[in-house]
Parts: sequence; structure tokens; C-alpha cells
Amino acid sequence: MRLTKTLSVVAPVVLALGLAACSGGGDDGGSGGTAAKPTNCTNKIVKEDAPRVLVWAWYPNMAKVVDNFNNQHTDVQVCWTNAGQGQDEYSKFQTAVSAKKGAPDVVMLEADQLVGFEIQDALVDLSPYGANDVKKNFSEGAWKDVSQGDKVYAAPIDGGPMALIYRTDVFAKYGITKPPTTWAEYAEDAAKVKAAGGPPFGDFASNVPAVTTALMIQKGATPFQYDLADKQNIGIKVDDQATKDVLNYWADLSTKKLIGKEDQFTTDYVAGMVGGKYATYVSAAWAPGYLTGAGVGNGSSKGKFAVAPLPQWDPASPVSVNWGGSAFAVTSQASDKAAAAKVALGLYADEASLTDGWKTQTIFPLNQSVLKSDEFINAKVDFFSGQTANKDIYIPAENAYKGAVYSPFTVYYYAQLQAQIVKLNAGQTTGDKAATDLQNALVTYAKSQGFTVK
Amino acid sequence: MVSTTPPTALSAGAVVPDTPAAPGGRRGSARRHWVGWFFILPFLVVFLAFLVAPLAYAGYLSLYTKGLATGTTFAGIDNYKRAFTDPSFLHGLWFVLKFSLVVIPLQVFVALAAALLLDEIVGRLARFARLIIFLPYAIPVVLGSLMWGFLYSPSFGPIEQISTLFNVQAPFLLSQGNIFYGLLNVVTWQWAGYYMIIIYAALQGIDTSIYEAARTDGATARQIAFRIKIPMITPALALILVFALIGTLQFFVEPKVLGPIANGTVTPDFTPNIYAVTLALQYAQFNYASAISFSLGFVVFLAVAIFMFVTRKRGSLFT
Repeated sequence: MRLTKTLSVVAPVVLALGLAACSGGGDDGGSGGTAAKPTNCTNKIVKEDAPRVLVWAWYPNMAKVVDNFNNQHTDVQVCWTNAGQGQDEYSKFQTAVSAKKGAPDVVMLEADQLVGFEIQDALVDLSPYGANDVKKNFSEGAWKDVSQGDKVYAAPIDGGPMALIYRTDVFAKYGITKPPTTWAEYAEDAAKVKAAGGPPFGDFASNVPAVTTALMIQKGATPFQYDLADKQNIGIKVDDQATKDVLNYWADLSTKKLIGKEDQFTTDYVAGMVGGKYATYVSAAWAPGYLTGAGVGNGSSKGKFAVAPLPQWDPASPVSVNWGGSAFAVTSQASDKAAAAKVALGLYADEASLTDGWKTQTIFPLNQSVLKSDEFINAKVDFFSGQTANKDIYIPAENAYKGAVYSPFTVYYYAQLQAQIVKLNAGQTTGDKAATDLQNALVTYAKSQGFTVK
Repeated sequence: MVSTTPPTALSAGAVVPDTPAAPGGRRGSARRHWVGWFFILPFLVVFLAFLVAPLAYAGYLSLYTKGLATGTTFAGIDNYKRAFTDPSFLHGLWFVLKFSLVVIPLQVFVALAAALLLDEIVGRLARFARLIIFLPYAIPVVLGSLMWGFLYSPSFGPIEQISTLFNVQAPFLLSQGNIFYGLLNVVTWQWAGYYMIIIYAALQGIDTSIYEAARTDGATARQIAFRIKIPMITPALALILVFALIGTLQFFVEPKVLGPIANGTVTPDFTPNIYAVTLALQYAQFNYASAISFSLGFVVFLAVAIFMFVTRKRGSLFT
């Protein structure tokens, strides 16, 4: 899951900025001693004398998931702590990795963060611990996202196939009869709504660089080429034509004020979503659950949302992309790696937990047992006024997803891309220049970190 | 009255230690020496453990370098060379220097004006005004920043509501072009009251008979303020200028708190301190982050030294 997505969970209660402010000084998330038995668990331990595995995770329904696991297992028990969401947790984990102590046994990570920790030898290869036994439960793309060659560094839980969420009331009011299927149509519709005095058609937010990256990949960019087996070498290509085109496209819409440039998941943004300030939302399958949690789709905005497949550049050869999605990894600081692997592979893999997750739409499950179940396929999604969104949109998108290659310095890359998006939105740079600057910054950084840039 | 009390206390303080020492002779003074160390021991332990030791460790870290694809190697002063050529660090440094040059005169001016006014008026209104001006300082910086984040909000803040009344687009004070002023306002609001109290206390310490003498000589209230009060409180002014300089160069909390709603304007290298934290906790570059911290410390030290050199004649507090 993206940091921003998780922020939205609490957004209705607190100002989003309040969250960020509090997160720095949050509770320290478990003592995490590797040898000592963890005791300050958030959950209740069912079997007192079983070995305990300390888990950091932030799924909104994690309490239920942990109870499900502990009730079903007598040989191992999960001791769960919420050590923060997204970047907050990664910062703590990174510090523990650097300090060589204080890490949990199992940690929740997004797919784009894995390789950055793998390269620091912070994660354990799960293939000797039975990872390949569960491989059949996942699609090829989902499995590729957590693997490096034959090595498997995490158990996938949820994914984020992307689609176009839109406001039916705004579309009807401004005469958009069918959702755009190509990005060219998207731009035309945006201009049409704007000309009729309508709201921004979408949003080019700087704080979701993962979305922009996904859209770059959709156009054909391959930002990174990296193989952990060849640790020193990295391929960086973010100044190709595809990247430039995508950045130019969004910068153009933004500077013409056809779309907004507000950051997502702030209180202002959520208020805008409720009030119909944005006609569309380019987002992932987990978005409805998080938007619902933030108060969108209730009251005045109830029944106003629908979803369509993500617009394409070339409708003849559609490309499916992904935003977010998390996995459980075993850390190399875990004292009992077999027990930790058992938790990583078994937690949130039982039917009760998965069903609870997808029904509340906080996860888009990657487990084939759910993806292929009739109940999931034919589910009429409340948020989309009973649309069978899984069957029509999200499952095809997930099945077409091919996986992506991430760099070992995702955090740095996102920070640089974010800075370029801010400049693009302010009209201070062009897509071409932003891509070139981004490329130069990344190459310099990679070299300073000891990589050889291919 | 006020001005005569401190010297009395001081001279009394100077006499008292001598009296018991006289009969004890040399052995007594040696014991007193030891007892002195004993009294500062709790402070000393804390000081060494939580200030000197971390500093020494950070200094040690800053001499090494660690890349993701390489191990840890001894770097000598390479990290420092890199810091002072790093556009991110220099950009942040330039921002806080610019910010200091505007915010410090502004808040000292506001504080001085308020203190001079409050010194002139008496009664309930004066006490109330004093409290109100001081109040922002009593609010924790994080909460103050959160509050301003709400006030600046383009969807439901008062700025937006007022703009709607006049049917104009509300300015977003945290946008790239405006954030300098947006932060300027927050910092001045937060700190001017604190500086006002320091200046006000210094003004209260001035012997009122001087004003009487001045009035007898025909001085106006304005002349008293500019010719007597301000010159007499220059040590206090010098003190708050140094405080403000050190604080502003280490600018961190306000931009960090307002960052998440600033649409990406607060970059990871917005100020040197934010950059150091990002380097250490997000990019896992503890070595380079230590070097950045020390480099910032060096710049702060240099800035304060220059300031004290320039003001050495007036600021009797430091000479």
C-alpha cells in the first residue's frame, strides 16, 4: 500500500497534516529484541507457550487477521505491532537495519521497497522455507514483484491494479456520455468539462510519484533494470521518450488548469472528492475502501462513483499497471527464521481474513483462491453503486499485469520525481527537461552509492 | 528600586562564600572544591551521555562513507567536501539564510514595538495585551503549525471563505511562490511574543528616575523610547538576535509539519536540518547525514561569530 493511501484511513478524523506531525513521535513499535520473547503485543496471545513472531503491519483490519492466525496455530503465535504506515514504518525499519538490531521478525513492505532492503541483506530468501509451495496461489506478475530470480523475498498479500474512477454526476452534468478509453479522449473530455465551467477533470499530485511511475511504465518506459544477482550494476532510463511524453501530457493538462495539482489524501483533497471537485480519479483497486474510510461515498457523495478501465495510449495493445500492494517479508534479524517464514506465508492467507479484507475493500487480494471465487468475481460493489467492478475492471487488469522492476533506492527516486512534479505543476520546467534532470540526479546518486550505471 | 536590588544580592553572594572558608583554611577549600564537582555530577553525567558522546559518535560516523552497493570505507573529510558542493545542502542553506535575513528583523521589530508600547501603558488592558501577545509562544510549535495549516487550507480555511465572499481565487500560502511568506507569518506569530517578553523584562529593569530626569530636560515620549530605552536594552536585543539566528538556521518543525499539505513544496532538502533527517532515516545515509549536521553546526557557529563580532561594541552581554 502507498503511504498516502493509508493516510486516508484516519483523514476524516484528523487533519492529514496532523497525522504526519504525530507520526514522527509515535510509539516505538515494540522492543524488537531478536532473542528475547516479544511481550508488548497489540493483540492477545492465544497460546502462551508457543514461540512468538513479532510482526509490523498497518492493514486496517490487522487485528482480525492476527486473531485469525493465532486461533488457527498452536505452534507459533503472532505478536503484532503497528509501527506506522508506509514511509513511517520504512524509516523505523531502515534505522533498525542500520543499527543491526531492533527490527521485527516479519515486516510489511510494499513491492517497490523490497529490493532496497534486499540489497542491505535485511530480508531472508523464503524459498528454503516453503515459499514455492504457495507460488501457485499467485499470478506471475504478483510473484515477480516479490522475487529476484529463484529467490523469494516476501509473500504477496494485496495488489493495486489501476483503473479510472469517475463521478457519474459530473459526467452526466457536462455531457460526457462514456468514460474515456484513451488518454487522448481523457484530455478532450477534460477540455470539454472545463469549457462548460466544470471542475478539474483529475489531479496531477506530487505526493503519489508511484502513480506517475506506473503511468510512465504504461506508455512503455522501463525506469530501472536491476538484478540482485548482479548487485553492482543498475540500468536507469527515465529520460526516454515515453517518460517525457507522460510528463508532458500531465504537465500540459495541469498548466491549462484542466486538472488540479493538489496532493492526494490530504483533508483538502478528501473534501474535494466528496464535493465532486474532481471528475475522475486515476487510482488502484484498493482506493474505494480507503476513500470510504475517509468519508467519501457516504451522504451527499453516495452512489456518485463508477469505475472504468484505465485509459490507454494505444487501445490496440492495452497495458495494465499497478499502484501499491504489500507483502510480508522475513527480516534477517529474526531469531527463528522458520517460524517467521511460517507467519509471513500464512498470515492474511486464510479465507476469513482475505474475505474480510476484500469485502471492506481495504485490500485487493492477490491470492488466486479469492480471485477465482464466484463470490469475489460477481460481487456488486457498493461504492460503485452495485457495479461488478471486480469482474469487469479489476480482475482483468490484475491478470494482465506483468510485474515491474524497482530500484534499490525507491525512496530517493520518488523524492526526486516528486520535486519534478511540483516544478511541472508550477510551469517551471517541461516534461523533457524534468525527465533529463531526473535521469541526471538518479545517475549521480547511483554512482555515489557505488553502483555502476549501465 | 528594581535596579538597586541585583547589585545588593550580588555583593551579598560574593561575601557569603568567603565567610565559612576562613576558619577551615586550605583543607576546607579543597573539600569545597570536591563538593562542587559532586554537585554538578548529575548534570555532568547527563551532559556527557546525551550531548558529548552522541556528538563524538556523529563526528566519528561523518568520517566514513557507506554506499548501498559498497561497504563502509574510511572517507576522511570527503563527506564534508561533498556537503559544501552538494546542491541540496547549499540550496537549503541559502533558504534558511534568506529566511533569517527577513524573519529576524521582522520579529525583533514586532517584539520591540509591542514591548515599548506595553511599557508605556499600565492597567488591566496592558496585562491582558501582554498575555495575548505572549500566548502564541505558549502554544507548542507543532500545534501552532497545524493550526496555521488549517487557516491556510484552500478548501475550508478562513482565507478561502473570505475570498469566496469577494468571488476571487484564494491565494494558497504554501504554494511554491508563497511558502516563504506563509512560513514567515507562522514563525513571526510564534516567536515575537517570546522576544517581546525578554525585551519587556529588560525595559522594566531600567531605573524610572532616568525617565524623570529626561522629562525634566524636556524629552518627549518618543525621544525617551529611542534615545534612552532602546540603547539601554541593547544587550537584550543582542541576546534575542543570537537566539533567533541559531533557531532560524536550524529551521525544521514548521516546514516539516506543513509539508504534507504544501503540495510537495517542502522538498526533502528544504532546509539543512530536514535534509539531514531525510538522509539518515529515509536514505539510510547516516554517515553523510552526520557530516551534513556538523556542516550546519559549523555554519551556525560561523554566523553567530560574525554577528557577535559585528555587534561587539554594543552587545555588552558578550564582551
